[in-house]
Amino acid sequence: MAELIKVGMADYKVGSSPDTLISYGLGSCVGIALFDPIAKVGGLSHIMLPDSSSARLVENPAKFADSAIPLMLNDILRLGGNKTRLWAKIAGGAQMFTFANTMEIMRIGDRNTDAVISILRELNIPLLGRDTGGNYGRTVELKLDIGIFRVKTIAKGEKDL
Amino acid sequence: MCEDILNLSAMQLDALREVGNIGAGNAATALSQIINHKIDMTVPRVAILPLGDVPDVVGGAEVMVAGVYLKVYGLAPGSILFLLPYDSAFYLVDMLMGRKHGETKTLSAMDESALMEIGNILAGSYLNALCHFTHMTLLPSIPALAVDMAGALLSVMLIQLGQVGDHALVIETEFSTESSGVKGHFFLVPDPGSLGTILTAIGVRS
Repeated sequence: MAELIKVGMADYKVGSSPDTLISYGLGSCVGIALFDPIAKVGGLSHIMLPDSSSARLVENPAKFADSAIPLMLNDILRLGGNKTRLWAKIAGGAQMFTFANTMEIMRIGDRNTDAVISILRELNIPLLGRDTGGNYGRTVELKLDIGIFRVKTIAKGEKDL
Repeated sequence: MCEDILNLSAMQLDALREVGNIGAGNAATALSQIINHKIDMTVPRVAILPLGDVPDVVGGAEVMVAGVYLKVYGLAPGSILFLLPYDSAFYLVDMLMGRKHGETKTLSAMDESALMEIGNILAGSYLNALCHFTHMTLLPSIPALAVDMAGALLSVMLIQLGQVGDHALVIETEFSTESSGVKGHFFLVPDPGSLGTILTAIGVRS
């Protein structure tokens, strides 16, 4: 039985074929899918913030791009994934509300996206697709049987990366 | 400081609920006068929730909503978010623009302005009541509107809280009109440092 595994905000989950990982309603957060197409295992992370080093206390490492991605990577390897075969696809990082004088916190979407890209680069995981920025929310799912990363929006329809 | 919210006493939570009650009561009166309909409101909910659970308050992260967002400036800064389910937003616009019930199908720029103005008035009257109660000056920013998934809109507030903790203190009230099917959720979320200021102002600082 294929299961639909829900990934909440500031969380990540890993799984294997034929399951699907899904995360609903990303705004400025970024969803990161990692997938090994041969072993058909992967993970989906829903990060809220770029950097755990600026946080006062880190209770939940899945909240930050820099701590969540390495943890998820380890869990995928433990499930039988091979790091040299992994690809990454990402979506999110929007700016939901537009103010005339954009405050720093409002740019958090871009900062999240930039942090994710640089961490993937450090880990040598190729980024094969991205749908980031804009001013609209996204639901993302990773289908672990066929390796499709699907992005659904209200304003712009859905697409497979 | 930040994780203090996990240690609030029952008395402090009650006091915060009363703050929400006074604010929301004032806001409901203002809304009722604008649309000339009776407004029912729930007793405000004061909840301390893991950040990821907040979207469940409005029925899940993927529910389509219209949201008006404002920053609160002053001694106790925070955020206000007024969320309306999509069809409620249309019904409310019908009333504001003098259209027949169900006539609005998409939001024009003028409709969006009207919704932002409602957010503005609600936030203004809510904060006004809080100012009287706490003797602090609290001012709303200009409003911003977005129509999208509830999770995406709420994340704007939650990300700011995420920088210091894993929980959100949410003061939430549900508004509804009996006849026209308009429902809305009004969220006041104090910034992490503001909670102590509010508790001191209402005399329940431990």
